[in-house]
Amino acid sequence: MTEACLERVRQIEPKLGAFVRVTDELALKQAQKADGLLSEGKASLLTGIPALIKDNMCIQDIPTTCSSRMLENFVPPYNATVIEKLNDRGMVTIGKANMDEFAMGSSTENSALFVTHNPWDLSRVPGGSSGGSAAAVAADEAIYALGSDTGGSIRQPAGFCSVSGLKPTYGRVSRYGLVAFASSLDQIGPLTKDVTDCALVMNAIAGYDSRDSTSAGQPVPDYTKCLTGDIKGLRIGIPREYFVEGMQADVATAIRVAISKLEELGAQVDEVSLPSTEYALAVYYIIAPSEASANLARYDGVKYGFSYQEGQNMWENMEKTRQHGFGPEVKRRIMLGTYALSAGYYDAYYVKAQKVRTLIRREFDEVFEKFDALVTPTSPSVPFKIGEKTNDPLQMYLSDVCTLPINIAGVPAISIPGGFAGGLPVGMQIIAKPFAEETILKIAHVFQEATEWHKMRPEIQ
Amino acid sequence: MKISHQEVLHIARLARLGLTEEDVERLTEQLSDILENFEILQQVDTSDIPPTAQSGALLNVVSEDETAPSLPPGKALANAPQKEDDFFRVRAVLE
Repeated sequence: MTEACLERVRQIEPKLGAFVRVTDELALKQAQKADGLLSEGKASLLTGIPALIKDNMCIQDIPTTCSSRMLENFVPPYNATVIEKLNDRGMVTIGKANMDEFAMGSSTENSALFVTHNPWDLSRVPGGSSGGSAAAVAADEAIYALGSDTGGSIRQPAGFCSVSGLKPTYGRVSRYGLVAFASSLDQIGPLTKDVTDCALVMNAIAGYDSRDSTSAGQPVPDYTKCLTGDIKGLRIGIPREYFVEGMQADVATAIRVAISKLEELGAQVDEVSLPSTEYALAVYYIIAPSEASANLARYDGVKYGFSYQEGQNMWENMEKTRQHGFGPEVKRRIMLGTYALSAGYYDAYYVKAQKVRTLIRREFDEVFEKFDALVTPTSPSVPFKIGEKTNDPLQMYLSDVCTLPINIAGVPAISIPGGFAGGLPVGMQIIAKPFAEETILKIAHVFQEATEWHKMRPEIQ
Repeated sequence: MKISHQEVLHIARLARLGLTEEDVERLTEQLSDILENFEILQQVDTSDIPPTAQSGALLNVVSEDETAPSLPPGKALANAPQKEDDFFRVRAVLE
């Protein structure tokens, strides 16, 4: 299987650009070890399965670049917790995935290395920031991938590439060894070919970790047990604010059709309102850059990463290190966050956003007293053209309008293949209350069993 | 909310971020546009609403005071741009 994936990578990677690095030596070594475990009868369901890891998760002795010049030569001396857990189950790591620099972006065009193409249409973006992870799984270069999601970075590319992508509850998966972007929003999760695989990867990566003080102690269920094929009587809410103004009409139609399917399968569907949704974009683009500006202060050219040495003094070296090491979007967010945290603006921007964050969370709490899950489109459009939004940061930010509120509230959500519009993928997002990943997987699985969308594969021209 | 060149330069200094003149020009325009969009939050009444810093339910997480192995100096310094013996080497802070 590893050889088949590596062969596929050799064939189509020049067209796709999903991998920052192919770790073929490591993969073949791990595959041999997996063969041993299999013949000894010690294998788990993930043993020997080739996986691609987003390049913001540390694998010992393999460079972790975050698709940034800043970390181009950084070699981590330790493994992220998710890597340790998957290694314990015999993972075969076939590479590191391209991403928007430091996970900041919605199209993978902010990678400082190269652009990743959407396998369904090579002139379009795969989404982002986990664009390499999603494109590779859709194109059969890897069996599954890990991504990270701060405002939609797993779900939006999963939707754009027609794969399944789950952002777990905040705290469900350890962030130890994940390069920090916005610490109160970041979560690691799987991108897979179907919902069953999603459950299998969750079984491996979820759980408490003493090295991440925000990781949750709740026991981890066997996520495959909830794939029961029965959603009769489950109450599903359709938040009207998520069918936003400016949403592509055939995307809304595809999701409406998918919702009727869920109704047909026995769910009780009702419209619902989350009135604070319109504030989510502003709340997110204050809180995430603020946290980022603090987290990225560590890149000073002293401990690791790019270092400018030619300046007159220490301050000049530090400023030039950051000037040459970071790309335009990262600089923009550092500036935005520093501004929102600076004297005179802290209360008006940062604290105000944190208060509205409370209102958004409360609305989700209230809605989940009446509903088991919510269903929305993952994105307001199908994948857009490469270059279409690069000169207008606000337009780019708007492509995450349906996914941002979920991170603000800290609840779990999945994107699964929900249909097609004009031959391009449409993602369906399913949201539930904290630690109700099982409800999400159950609904997603029933929908998947009744449709063929997840079985469709792109033909790469 | 329009911000000025001077404010952009001030923020860049706080962030220790070097910018070219062209960067300053572009950021002045883009940040003004983005901040204008944030004004929507001023419509929301948050007078009795506490702020949320993180969505998890955990409070005051402490760990046992236990010794455990940590990275040996050689490994911790392996990525250092400049080092001397077992230390990171930096330029003089006070001159």
